[in-house]
Amino acid sequence: MAMRAPLSDLPVKLEDVSLLAREVTILDHVTLTFAAGAPTVLIGPNGSGKTSLMRVAMGLVPPTSGRVTFGGRIDVPPLRRAIVFQRPVMLRRSALGNLRYALAAANVARAERSKRADKLLRLVGLSRLGDRPARRMSGGEQQRLAIARALAKEPEILFLDEPTASLDPAATKITEDIIQGIAARGIKIVMSTHDLGEARRLGGEIVLMHRGRIVEAADTATFFNSPKTDAARRFVAGELLV
Amino acid sequence: MPTDASALDLILRADPALLAIVRLSLIVSLSAVACAALIGIPFGALIALTKFRGRNAVIVILNALMGLPPVVVGLVVYLLLSRSGPLGTLGLLFTPAAMIIAQTILVAPIIAALARQTIEDLYVEYRDELDAMNVGPLQRVATLIRDARYSLLTSLLAGFGRAAAEVGAVIIVGGNIDGFTRVMTTAIALETSKGDLALAIGLGIILLILVMAVNALAWAMRRVGERYAG
Repeated sequence: MAMRAPLSDLPVKLEDVSLLAREVTILDHVTLTFAAGAPTVLIGPNGSGKTSLMRVAMGLVPPTSGRVTFGGRIDVPPLRRAIVFQRPVMLRRSALGNLRYALAAANVARAERSKRADKLLRLVGLSRLGDRPARRMSGGEQQRLAIARALAKEPEILFLDEPTASLDPAATKITEDIIQGIAARGIKIVMSTHDLGEARRLGGEIVLMHRGRIVEAADTATFFNSPKTDAARRFVAGELLV
Repeated sequence: MPTDASALDLILRADPALLAIVRLSLIVSLSAVACAALIGIPFGALIALTKFRGRNAVIVILNALMGLPPVVVGLVVYLLLSRSGPLGTLGLLFTPAAMIIAQTILVAPIIAALARQTIEDLYVEYRDELDAMNVGPLQRVATLIRDARYSLLTSLLAGFGRAAAEVGAVIIVGGNIDGFTRVMTTAIALETSKGDLALAIGLGIILLILVMAVNALAWAMRRVGERYAG
Protein backbone atom coordinates (compact mmCIF):
# COMPACT_ATOMS: atom_id res chain seq x y z
CA MET A 1 0.00 0.00 0.00
CA ALA A 2 1.37 3.39 -0.94
CA MET A 3 2.12 5.68 2.01
CA ARG A 4 1.37 9.34 1.58
CA ALA A 5 3.99 11.70 3.06
CA PRO A 6 2.55 14.15 5.60
CA LEU A 7 1.87 17.54 4.08
CA SER A 8 4.54 20.07 4.90
CA ASP A 9 4.01 23.77 5.67
CA LEU A 10 7.38 24.52 4.09
CA PRO A 11 8.24 26.52 2.20
CA VAL A 12 6.28 29.46 3.60
CA LYS A 13 5.97 31.93 0.76
CA LEU A 14 4.87 35.53 0.93
CA GLU A 15 3.86 36.69 -2.53
CA ASP A 16 3.54 40.45 -3.02
CA VAL A 17 2.15 40.80 0.49
CA SER A 18 0.99 44.15 1.78
CA LEU A 19 -0.49 44.90 5.15
CA LEU A 20 -2.32 48.08 6.01
CA ALA A 21 -3.62 49.14 9.40
CA ARG A 22 -5.86 52.20 9.41
CA GLU A 23 -4.39 53.44 6.15
CA VAL A 24 -0.84 53.02 7.46
CA THR A 25 1.32 50.70 5.39
CA ILE A 26 2.94 48.12 7.64
CA LEU A 27 4.17 45.76 4.90
CA ASP A 28 4.68 47.02 1.39
CA HIS A 29 4.65 44.44 -1.42
CA VAL A 30 6.84 41.90 0.35
CA THR A 31 7.87 38.78 -1.53
CA LEU A 32 9.91 36.32 0.49
CA THR A 33 10.35 32.58 0.93
CA PHE A 34 11.19 30.72 4.11
CA ALA A 35 12.47 27.32 3.07
CA ALA A 36 13.98 24.54 5.17
CA GLY A 37 17.58 25.20 6.07
CA ALA A 38 19.69 27.59 8.11
CA PRO A 39 18.03 30.29 10.23
CA THR A 40 16.73 33.43 8.57
CA VAL A 41 17.35 36.58 10.60
CA LEU A 42 15.21 39.66 10.07
CA ILE A 43 16.94 42.92 10.93
CA GLY A 44 15.94 46.53 10.60
CA PRO A 45 14.94 49.51 12.69
CA ASN A 46 11.88 49.60 14.94
CA GLY A 47 8.71 49.82 12.91
CA SER A 48 10.30 48.35 9.81
CA GLY A 49 7.74 45.52 9.78
CA LYS A 50 9.70 42.57 11.18
CA THR A 51 7.09 41.55 13.74
CA SER A 52 4.20 42.04 11.31
CA LEU A 53 5.99 39.99 8.69
CA MET A 54 6.37 37.11 11.14
CA ARG A 55 2.72 37.34 12.21
CA VAL A 56 1.61 37.25 8.59
CA ALA A 57 3.96 34.37 7.79
CA MET A 58 2.73 32.52 10.87
CA GLY A 59 -0.83 32.92 9.56
CA LEU A 60 -2.04 34.96 12.53
CA VAL A 61 -2.75 38.10 10.51
CA PRO A 62 -4.23 37.97 7.00
CA PRO A 63 -2.49 40.21 4.50
CA THR A 64 -4.41 43.14 3.04
CA SER A 65 -3.24 42.09 -0.39
CA GLY A 66 -1.01 39.41 -1.83
CA ARG A 67 -1.01 35.87 -0.48
CA VAL A 68 0.82 33.56 1.85
CA THR A 69 1.21 29.89 1.04
CA PHE A 70 2.31 27.06 3.26
CA GLY A 71 3.83 24.24 1.26
CA GLY A 72 1.85 25.52 -1.69
CA ARG A 73 -1.44 25.62 0.22
CA ILE A 74 -3.35 28.59 1.58
CA ASP A 75 -5.34 29.01 4.81
CA VAL A 76 -3.48 26.26 6.63
CA PRO A 77 -4.02 26.35 10.43
CA PRO A 78 -0.81 26.78 12.44
CA LEU A 79 -0.45 23.17 13.46
CA ARG A 80 3.16 22.91 12.34
CA ARG A 81 4.19 26.53 12.75
CA ALA A 82 5.00 28.14 16.07
CA ILE A 83 5.90 31.60 17.28
CA VAL A 84 7.48 33.08 20.37
CA PHE A 85 6.43 36.67 20.83
CA GLN A 86 8.82 39.36 21.99
CA ARG A 87 7.05 39.47 25.34
CA PRO A 88 5.66 35.96 25.70
CA VAL A 89 2.68 35.66 28.02
CA MET A 90 2.83 32.80 30.46
CA LEU A 91 -0.45 31.15 31.37
CA ARG A 92 -1.34 31.29 35.05
CA ARG A 93 0.02 27.91 35.94
CA SER A 94 3.36 26.24 36.60
CA ALA A 95 6.10 25.88 34.00
CA LEU A 96 5.08 22.26 33.54
CA GLY A 97 1.45 23.31 33.44
CA ASN A 98 2.21 25.68 30.56
CA LEU A 99 3.89 22.89 28.65
CA ARG A 100 1.14 20.38 29.34
CA TYR A 101 -1.40 22.93 28.12
CA ALA A 102 0.52 23.48 24.89
CA LEU A 103 0.84 19.73 24.41
CA ALA A 104 -2.91 19.30 24.92
CA ALA A 105 -3.56 22.09 22.41
CA ALA A 106 -1.31 20.18 20.00
CA ASN A 107 -3.50 17.09 20.50
CA VAL A 108 -0.77 15.08 22.21
CA ALA A 109 -2.30 12.11 24.05
CA ARG A 110 -2.75 12.73 27.78
CA ALA A 111 -0.54 9.77 28.70
CA GLU A 112 2.31 11.22 26.67
CA ARG A 113 2.16 14.75 28.00
CA SER A 114 4.12 14.48 31.23
CA LYS A 115 7.00 12.68 29.54
CA ARG A 116 7.07 15.14 26.68
CA ALA A 117 6.82 18.13 29.02
CA ASP A 118 9.78 16.89 31.06
CA LYS A 119 11.76 16.43 27.87
CA LEU A 120 10.97 19.95 26.69
CA LEU A 121 11.95 21.39 30.06
CA ARG A 122 15.26 19.54 29.87
CA LEU A 123 15.83 20.87 26.35
CA VAL A 124 15.69 24.47 27.58
CA GLY A 125 17.53 23.77 30.84
CA LEU A 126 14.58 24.36 33.17
CA SER A 127 14.16 20.87 34.59
CA ARG A 128 14.47 22.05 38.16
CA LEU A 129 11.83 24.74 37.77
CA GLY A 130 8.93 22.63 36.51
CA ASP A 131 6.71 23.31 39.50
CA ARG A 132 7.43 27.02 39.68
CA PRO A 133 4.61 29.39 38.70
CA ALA A 134 5.60 30.46 35.20
CA ARG A 135 4.84 34.11 35.83
CA ARG A 136 7.26 34.16 38.74
CA MET A 137 10.20 33.07 36.63
CA SER A 138 12.86 35.52 35.44
CA GLY A 139 12.64 37.11 32.01
CA GLY A 140 15.27 34.76 30.60
CA GLU A 141 13.59 31.71 32.09
CA GLN A 142 10.21 32.79 30.72
CA GLN A 143 11.75 33.25 27.29
CA ARG A 144 13.19 29.74 27.39
CA LEU A 145 9.91 28.33 28.66
CA ALA A 146 8.12 30.11 25.81
CA ILE A 147 10.48 28.44 23.34
CA ALA A 148 9.82 25.05 24.93
CA ARG A 149 6.08 25.72 24.78
CA ALA A 150 6.32 26.61 21.11
CA LEU A 151 8.14 23.34 20.45
CA ALA A 152 5.27 21.35 21.98
CA LYS A 153 3.59 21.09 18.58
CA GLU A 154 6.81 19.89 16.95
CA PRO A 155 6.81 22.71 14.41
CA GLU A 156 8.54 22.68 11.09
CA ILE A 157 9.13 26.40 11.35
CA LEU A 158 9.61 28.52 14.48
CA PHE A 159 9.30 32.29 14.47
CA LEU A 160 11.17 34.09 17.24
CA ASP A 161 10.47 37.79 17.72
CA GLU A 162 13.57 39.36 19.27
CA PRO A 163 14.13 36.38 21.55
CA THR A 164 17.06 37.93 23.38
CA ALA A 165 15.81 41.51 23.71
CA SER A 166 16.27 42.72 27.30
CA LEU A 167 18.29 39.64 28.29
CA ASP A 168 21.73 39.95 29.88
CA PRO A 169 24.74 38.41 28.08
CA ALA A 170 24.61 35.16 30.06
CA ALA A 171 20.90 34.65 29.38
CA THR A 172 21.45 35.66 25.76
CA LYS A 173 24.16 33.00 25.39
CA ILE A 174 21.91 30.32 26.85
CA THR A 175 19.03 31.33 24.56
CA GLU A 176 21.25 31.46 21.48
CA ASP A 177 22.58 27.99 22.27
CA ILE A 178 19.02 26.70 22.53
CA ILE A 179 18.13 28.31 19.19
CA GLN A 180 21.17 26.74 17.53
CA GLY A 181 20.19 23.39 19.02
CA ILE A 182 16.68 23.70 17.62
CA ALA A 183 18.01 24.67 14.18
CA ALA A 184 20.34 21.67 14.29
CA ARG A 185 17.27 19.44 14.74
CA GLY A 186 16.04 20.61 11.35
CA ILE A 187 13.45 23.12 12.49
CA LYS A 188 13.47 26.22 10.33
CA ILE A 189 14.16 29.30 12.48
CA VAL A 190 12.98 32.75 11.45
CA MET A 191 13.95 35.35 14.01
CA SER A 192 14.24 39.09 14.36
CA THR A 193 16.91 40.97 16.24
CA HIS A 194 18.49 44.38 16.62
CA ASP A 195 21.80 42.80 17.55
CA LEU A 196 23.99 42.53 14.45
CA GLY A 197 26.42 40.29 16.33
CA GLU A 198 23.61 37.90 17.07
CA ALA A 199 22.52 38.03 13.43
CA ARG A 200 26.06 37.04 12.38
CA ARG A 201 26.25 34.26 14.97
CA LEU A 202 22.89 32.67 14.23
CA GLY A 203 21.88 33.66 10.75
CA GLY A 204 22.28 31.61 7.63
CA GLU A 205 20.39 34.26 5.73
CA ILE A 206 19.86 37.93 6.59
CA VAL A 207 16.85 39.97 5.54
CA LEU A 208 17.06 43.73 6.05
CA MET A 209 13.72 45.50 6.31
CA HIS A 210 12.94 49.19 6.28
CA ARG A 211 9.55 50.92 6.17
CA GLY A 212 7.71 47.70 5.43
CA ARG A 213 9.88 46.74 2.50
CA ILE A 214 12.66 44.23 2.05
CA VAL A 215 15.74 46.26 1.35
CA GLU A 216 18.16 43.38 0.94
CA ALA A 217 18.24 39.64 1.51
CA ALA A 218 21.39 37.57 1.23
CA ASP A 219 23.35 34.83 2.96
CA THR A 220 25.07 36.06 6.09
CA ALA A 221 28.62 36.29 4.74
CA THR A 222 27.53 38.13 1.61
CA PHE A 223 25.27 40.50 3.51
CA PHE A 224 27.90 41.57 6.01
CA ASN A 225 30.95 41.45 3.72
CA SER A 226 29.56 42.91 0.53
CA PRO A 227 26.15 44.49 1.00
CA LYS A 228 24.65 45.57 -2.29
CA THR A 229 22.40 48.42 -1.27
CA ASP A 230 23.41 51.72 0.25
CA ALA A 231 20.91 51.19 3.10
CA ALA A 232 22.43 47.81 3.95
CA ARG A 233 25.96 49.24 3.82
CA ARG A 234 24.98 52.02 6.19
CA PHE A 235 23.08 49.66 8.51
CA VAL A 236 26.00 47.26 8.73
CA ALA A 237 28.31 50.20 9.39
CA GLY A 238 26.16 51.09 12.37
CA GLU A 239 24.45 54.12 10.88
CA LEU A 240 20.82 54.78 11.74
CA LEU A 241 18.20 54.09 9.11
CA VAL A 242 15.44 56.65 9.55
CA MET B 1 -34.86 46.44 77.31
CA PRO B 2 -32.83 44.08 75.19
CA THR B 3 -29.09 44.59 75.26
CA ASP B 4 -26.09 43.43 73.22
CA ALA B 5 -25.50 40.90 75.98
CA SER B 6 -28.86 39.25 75.32
CA ALA B 7 -28.15 39.25 71.59
CA LEU B 8 -24.84 37.54 72.25
CA ASP B 9 -26.62 35.16 74.57
CA LEU B 10 -28.87 34.09 71.71
CA ILE B 11 -25.83 33.41 69.58
CA LEU B 12 -23.88 31.62 72.29
CA ARG B 13 -26.88 29.48 73.23
CA ALA B 14 -27.26 28.62 69.55
CA ASP B 15 -30.91 29.60 69.74
CA PRO B 16 -32.81 27.20 67.42
CA ALA B 17 -35.01 29.94 65.93
CA LEU B 18 -31.97 32.06 65.18
CA LEU B 19 -30.10 29.13 63.66
CA ALA B 20 -33.08 28.24 61.46
CA ILE B 21 -33.15 31.77 60.08
CA VAL B 22 -29.39 31.76 59.45
CA ARG B 23 -29.62 28.37 57.78
CA LEU B 24 -32.41 29.44 55.43
CA SER B 25 -30.58 32.68 54.63
CA LEU B 26 -27.48 30.76 53.63
CA ILE B 27 -29.45 28.24 51.58
CA VAL B 28 -31.32 30.97 49.70
CA SER B 29 -28.35 33.27 49.08
CA LEU B 30 -25.84 30.54 48.20
CA SER B 31 -28.35 28.87 45.87
CA ALA B 32 -29.02 32.21 44.20
CA VAL B 33 -25.29 32.85 43.78
CA ALA B 34 -24.80 29.36 42.33
CA CYS B 35 -27.66 29.84 39.85
CA ALA B 36 -26.46 33.33 38.99
CA ALA B 37 -22.91 32.03 38.45
CA LEU B 38 -24.19 29.35 36.07
CA ILE B 39 -25.90 32.07 34.07
CA GLY B 40 -23.57 35.02 34.62
CA ILE B 41 -20.12 33.55 34.03
CA PRO B 42 -20.86 31.95 30.62
CA PHE B 43 -22.82 35.04 29.59
CA GLY B 44 -19.98 37.33 30.68
CA ALA B 45 -17.48 35.12 28.84
CA LEU B 46 -19.62 35.16 25.71
CA ILE B 47 -19.72 38.96 25.67
CA ALA B 48 -16.00 39.16 26.49
CA LEU B 49 -14.96 36.91 23.61
CA THR B 50 -17.34 37.89 20.85
CA LYS B 51 -17.76 40.96 18.70
CA PHE B 52 -21.28 41.76 17.54
CA ARG B 53 -23.38 44.72 16.63
CA GLY B 54 -24.71 46.43 19.74
CA ARG B 55 -22.08 44.89 22.02
CA ASN B 56 -21.31 48.19 23.72
CA ALA B 57 -25.01 48.75 24.39
CA VAL B 58 -25.25 45.28 25.95
CA ILE B 59 -22.28 46.08 28.20
CA VAL B 60 -23.81 49.40 29.28
CA ILE B 61 -27.14 47.72 30.04
CA LEU B 62 -25.43 44.89 31.89
CA ASN B 63 -23.47 47.33 34.02
CA ALA B 64 -26.63 49.30 34.71
CA LEU B 65 -28.42 46.13 35.81
CA MET B 66 -25.87 45.77 38.59
CA GLY B 67 -27.84 48.46 40.37
CA LEU B 68 -31.26 46.83 39.96
CA PRO B 69 -33.54 47.98 42.82
CA PRO B 70 -34.44 44.87 44.86
CA VAL B 71 -38.01 45.99 45.43
CA VAL B 72 -38.56 46.33 41.69
CA VAL B 73 -37.17 42.83 41.13
CA GLY B 74 -39.37 41.61 43.97
CA LEU B 75 -42.41 43.23 42.42
CA VAL B 76 -41.71 41.79 38.95
CA VAL B 77 -41.14 38.29 40.34
CA TYR B 78 -44.25 38.67 42.48
CA LEU B 79 -46.32 39.55 39.41
CA LEU B 80 -44.86 36.62 37.50
CA LEU B 81 -45.46 34.11 40.29
CA SER B 82 -48.76 35.41 41.68
CA ARG B 83 -51.80 33.27 41.05
CA SER B 84 -52.94 35.42 38.14
CA GLY B 85 -49.40 35.75 36.74
CA PRO B 86 -47.94 33.74 33.84
CA LEU B 87 -46.08 31.41 36.21
CA GLY B 88 -48.76 31.33 38.88
CA THR B 89 -49.58 27.67 38.30
CA LEU B 90 -46.15 26.71 39.62
CA GLY B 91 -47.24 27.73 43.08
CA LEU B 92 -43.88 29.20 43.98
CA LEU B 93 -44.93 32.49 45.51
CA PHE B 94 -44.06 32.80 49.20
CA THR B 95 -41.62 29.90 49.05
CA PRO B 96 -37.82 29.83 49.34
CA ALA B 97 -37.73 28.99 45.61
CA ALA B 98 -39.32 32.35 44.81
CA MET B 99 -36.71 34.05 46.98
CA ILE B 100 -33.92 32.21 45.13
CA ILE B 101 -35.39 33.29 41.79
CA ALA B 102 -35.57 36.93 42.88
CA GLN B 103 -32.04 36.94 44.25
CA THR B 104 -30.72 35.16 41.15
CA ILE B 105 -32.15 37.98 39.03
CA LEU B 106 -30.46 40.51 41.29
CA VAL B 107 -27.10 38.78 41.40
CA ALA B 108 -26.71 37.46 37.84
CA PRO B 109 -26.00 40.89 36.28
CA ILE B 110 -23.35 41.59 38.92
CA ILE B 111 -21.57 38.31 38.25
CA ALA B 112 -21.96 38.64 34.48
CA ALA B 113 -20.66 42.22 34.36
CA LEU B 114 -17.67 41.52 36.59
CA ALA B 115 -16.92 38.24 34.80
CA ARG B 116 -17.08 40.00 31.44
CA GLN B 117 -14.52 42.56 32.54
CA THR B 118 -12.24 39.98 34.17
CA ILE B 119 -12.32 37.57 31.24
CA GLU B 120 -11.92 40.31 28.66
CA ASP B 121 -8.86 41.69 30.44
CA LEU B 122 -7.29 38.25 30.56
CA TYR B 123 -8.20 37.58 26.92
CA VAL B 124 -6.37 40.72 25.82
CA GLU B 125 -3.33 39.23 27.51
CA TYR B 126 -3.75 35.65 26.29
CA ARG B 127 -5.18 36.13 22.83
CA ASP B 128 -1.96 36.03 20.79
CA GLU B 129 -0.70 32.96 22.62
CA LEU B 130 -4.01 31.11 22.24
CA ASP B 131 -4.10 32.02 18.55
CA ALA B 132 -0.55 30.76 18.13
CA MET B 133 -1.41 27.49 19.89
CA ASN B 134 -4.48 27.13 17.65
CA VAL B 135 -6.78 26.77 20.65
CA GLY B 136 -10.46 26.35 19.72
CA PRO B 137 -13.30 28.59 20.97
CA LEU B 138 -14.65 26.31 23.70
CA GLN B 139 -11.19 25.49 24.98
CA ARG B 140 -10.46 29.23 25.05
CA VAL B 141 -13.47 29.90 27.25
CA ALA B 142 -12.54 27.04 29.57
CA THR B 143 -8.94 28.28 29.78
CA LEU B 144 -9.93 31.86 30.53
CA ILE B 145 -12.47 30.88 33.17
CA ARG B 146 -9.97 28.53 34.78
CA ASP B 147 -7.11 31.01 34.79
CA ALA B 148 -9.34 33.86 35.98
CA ARG B 149 -10.94 31.73 38.68
CA TYR B 150 -9.52 33.65 41.62
CA SER B 151 -10.72 36.94 40.17
CA LEU B 152 -14.08 35.41 39.31
CA LEU B 153 -14.38 34.34 42.92
CA THR B 154 -14.44 38.03 43.79
CA SER B 155 -17.43 38.51 41.50
CA LEU B 156 -19.20 35.62 43.23
CA LEU B 157 -18.48 37.28 46.54
CA ALA B 158 -19.87 40.56 45.35
CA GLY B 159 -22.96 38.63 44.33
CA PHE B 160 -23.18 36.88 47.67
CA GLY B 161 -22.83 40.21 49.46
CA ARG B 162 -25.69 41.62 47.43
CA ALA B 163 -27.88 38.55 47.99
CA ALA B 164 -27.21 38.21 51.70
CA ALA B 165 -27.79 41.88 52.40
CA GLU B 166 -30.92 42.59 50.36
CA VAL B 167 -34.32 42.67 51.96
CA GLY B 168 -36.68 44.27 49.45
CA ALA B 169 -37.03 41.40 47.00
CA VAL B 170 -37.19 38.50 49.45
CA ILE B 171 -39.75 40.16 51.66
CA ILE B 172 -42.08 40.70 48.69
CA VAL B 173 -41.80 37.24 47.13
CA GLY B 174 -41.10 35.30 50.33
CA GLY B 175 -43.59 36.99 52.61
CA ASN B 176 -41.33 36.67 55.70
CA ILE B 177 -43.26 33.64 56.94
CA ASP B 178 -41.95 32.46 60.30
CA GLY B 179 -40.12 29.16 60.00
CA PHE B 180 -40.57 28.97 56.25
CA THR B 181 -39.34 32.04 54.37
CA ARG B 182 -37.91 34.21 57.13
CA VAL B 183 -34.27 35.07 56.46
CA MET B 184 -31.82 37.24 58.37
CA THR B 185 -32.54 40.53 56.65
CA THR B 186 -36.32 40.22 56.77
CA ALA B 187 -36.16 39.02 60.36
CA ILE B 188 -33.97 41.98 61.34
CA ALA B 189 -36.44 44.38 59.71
CA LEU B 190 -39.42 42.71 61.41
CA GLU B 191 -37.87 42.34 64.87
CA THR B 192 -36.63 45.91 64.82
CA SER B 193 -40.11 47.16 63.97
CA LYS B 194 -41.49 45.02 66.83
CA GLY B 195 -38.88 46.37 69.22
CA ASP B 196 -37.28 42.94 69.79
CA LEU B 197 -33.77 44.20 69.31
CA ALA B 198 -32.01 41.17 70.82
CA LEU B 199 -32.82 38.90 67.91
CA ALA B 200 -32.28 41.70 65.41
CA ILE B 201 -28.86 42.52 66.81
CA GLY B 202 -27.94 38.84 67.10
CA LEU B 203 -28.81 38.28 63.44
CA GLY B 204 -27.01 41.47 62.49
CA ILE B 205 -23.85 40.28 64.21
CA ILE B 206 -24.05 36.90 62.47
CA LEU B 207 -24.68 38.56 59.11
CA LEU B 208 -21.61 40.75 59.54
CA ILE B 209 -19.45 37.82 60.64
CA LEU B 210 -20.64 35.74 57.70
CA VAL B 211 -19.89 38.43 55.15
CA MET B 212 -16.46 39.05 56.69
CA ALA B 213 -15.69 35.33 56.88
CA VAL B 214 -16.61 34.79 53.25
CA ASN B 215 -14.49 37.75 52.20
CA ALA B 216 -11.55 36.57 54.29
CA LEU B 217 -11.82 33.12 52.72
CA ALA B 218 -11.86 34.59 49.23
CA TRP B 219 -8.91 36.83 50.03
CA ALA B 220 -6.97 33.82 51.31
CA MET B 221 -7.84 31.78 48.23
CA ARG B 222 -6.74 34.61 45.99
CA ARG B 223 -3.42 34.88 47.80
CA VAL B 224 -2.88 31.16 47.51
CA GLY B 225 -3.78 31.34 43.84
CA GLU B 226 -1.34 34.15 43.16
CA ARG B 227 1.35 32.24 44.98
CA TYR B 228 0.90 28.94 43.19
CA ALA B 229 -0.53 29.94 39.85
CA GLY B 230 1.22 33.26 39.35
